[in-house]
Amino acid sequence: MKTYLSLVKKEFHHILRDKRTMLILFGIPVALMLLFGFVITNEIKTIGIAVLDQSNDYTTNQIVDRLESSCYFVVKQRISNYGQLESVFKSGAAKLAIVFEQQFDYNLQRNRKANVQIIADASDANFANLSVSYATAVIRGYINDKNVQKSGMLQIVPEVRMAYNPELKGVYFFVPGIMALILMLISALMTSVSIVREKEYGSMDVLLVSPVRPVEILLGKVTPYILLSFINAFVIVVLGWSVFGLPVAGSLFLLFFECFLFISLALSLGILISTIADSQMVAMFVSAVGLMLPTILLSGFIFPIENMPLILQWFCNIMPPKYFIIILKHIMLMGNGLKEVWKETLILLSMNLFFILLAIKKFKIRR
Amino acid sequence: MVRLNNLCKTYGTTKAIEDISFEVNENEIFGLIGPDGAGKTTIMQIVATLLVPDSGIAEVCGMEVNANFKALRKHIGYMPGKFSLYPDLSIEENIEFFAALFGTTVQENYHLVSDIYSQIEPFKDRPAGKLSGGMKQKLALSCALIHKPKLLILDEPTTGVDAVSRKEFWGMLKNLQKKGISILVSTPYMDEAALCDRVALMQSGKILQIDTPQAVVNSFNEVLYAVTSDKVYKMKEYLKHSNYCKNVHLFGQEVHVTLNTGVIDNVVTELKNTGFSNVEIKPINPTVEDCFMKLMVQ
Repeated sequence: MKTYLSLVKKEFHHILRDKRTMLILFGIPVALMLLFGFVITNEIKTIGIAVLDQSNDYTTNQIVDRLESSCYFVVKQRISNYGQLESVFKSGAAKLAIVFEQQFDYNLQRNRKANVQIIADASDANFANLSVSYATAVIRGYINDKNVQKSGMLQIVPEVRMAYNPELKGVYFFVPGIMALILMLISALMTSVSIVREKEYGSMDVLLVSPVRPVEILLGKVTPYILLSFINAFVIVVLGWSVFGLPVAGSLFLLFFECFLFISLALSLGILISTIADSQMVAMFVSAVGLMLPTILLSGFIFPIENMPLILQWFCNIMPPKYFIIILKHIMLMGNGLKEVWKETLILLSMNLFFILLAIKKFKIRR
Repeated sequence: MVRLNNLCKTYGTTKAIEDISFEVNENEIFGLIGPDGAGKTTIMQIVATLLVPDSGIAEVCGMEVNANFKALRKHIGYMPGKFSLYPDLSIEENIEFFAALFGTTVQENYHLVSDIYSQIEPFKDRPAGKLSGGMKQKLALSCALIHKPKLLILDEPTTGVDAVSRKEFWGMLKNLQKKGISILVSTPYMDEAALCDRVALMQSGKILQIDTPQAVVNSFNEVLYAVTSDKVYKMKEYLKHSNYCKNVHLFGQEVHVTLNTGVIDNVVTELKNTGFSNVEIKPINPTVEDCFMKLMVQ
């Protein structure tokens, strides 16, 4: 026990005295969180639009007003012919163009049908899709309102409600992903690098020839990182709540229990990496490519798993972060309990056992 | 204390050591002497329970190393070739950590390391990474000693250390020997061989000779001459290709040679005729290095 404590103390000295380590431990989580929350966002705000109004009547003006007052769009330029469209898109002033046909109002009253064309700059396909659907929704809303005013016509209005994330805030689904990413980064990458550093320095040899049991060496190595990972998980939850207004709907206790599962899983992966890597560079590379990339790409963090090719979907199924993110979404957004996530928890638990045993078995008691 | 029997270890296709057998007696300073790549480190790591030999038996304190490595690790102090303490921990933190690792405290065994540790103790708050070579070495030795080992294994402890510190270090080893600790030490410096009780001369994974340094020197059963002149290197090349020298080696500003019988008088005249000036030749006592060079050629 005393040996274990001095191992932990030594590891804390390493961490606290190295500025770079401290920066990775506490700078990166906050930076990532703020980056994803504020900068990299799927939400749409004040998109520049160009308007080509060949009719310029009461209705078209009202529609344009509607678009502007929705907060999503800002009219950047009014153009008078199609030829100007190209240059507007190229200059980047507008991402979307709204074109009203001639005699728009007249056609609408007379034929009960008028055409409005929406042209999007689809060089960013996702963005174009989103902004087109926003614009369509605004125009449709206007027509609906008008119909209601005019007569008691029969109409079906689908009322869409986005459950658990009514405002479609990006932060809501980024936070679980960032949590998985950061816990993976700290636990797996930092542990593997710190073990391999001892191999590089040669101090691992000295540790190995001492009577300390390998399990003690490993526990002493990972304990500080478990603690720091917890602090980080806590910081993320607090940041999500205080800066982005993301509540934790479910049980905090369950949330941290699942975090613990994922942290220990990541730690054993880190130990595994350290057994195959001979230099800090290799350890860093293997952690980055083997763990970080899958956490970002194959976990449902950014790209929905359902849309992937079947083979990649199978691949996703063996990625621990996938389950962790599912669990987090259930607990944080939907307020679910263990009853709803027991399957994923069980998967994480068994992966955990498997990798811990493998890591201990693989950890060399000799050179 | 240590008994090695026909040890072999291969890395890939390279044979690191081949058929190594020797014994280290109780309370003895035993030196493994040889150039880099001779296999010294491999032997040390096997004795230190870090490596498993491919074949052969290694025994330490009467216990087979492979089967009893856990029990043995309490009794072995190992100091690897390169500085392997924690550069970001201070002197005091390092030694306290290693004491705790072996379940002891600095106070408990302070008497063992006091001679050595007291020299660096005034700087105990300094990070180990910022120490000079000699101080690092003293700290590493203190850390390897703090658990009162019966056997101390030192892998090239004096490499990269200045001449004064080297001499001081060997003084410390002699003191430790008086306290009853057996020492297995390796070094590439031949002059340090004379400070060991017994030495094994090694090359390319094989042992060339095992004996006391004096016996090694005595086994040099020829007369050795030191030749000097104004152009030493050129003269060495010349002598090497002459037909009356057997062994020719450059030693600093001298060339050490063994000669065929009866040619000694001709050598000086011939060298002078060839254009070397200030030629002198005199018989000298061979050193361990001379013996090593001679064995290497054979």
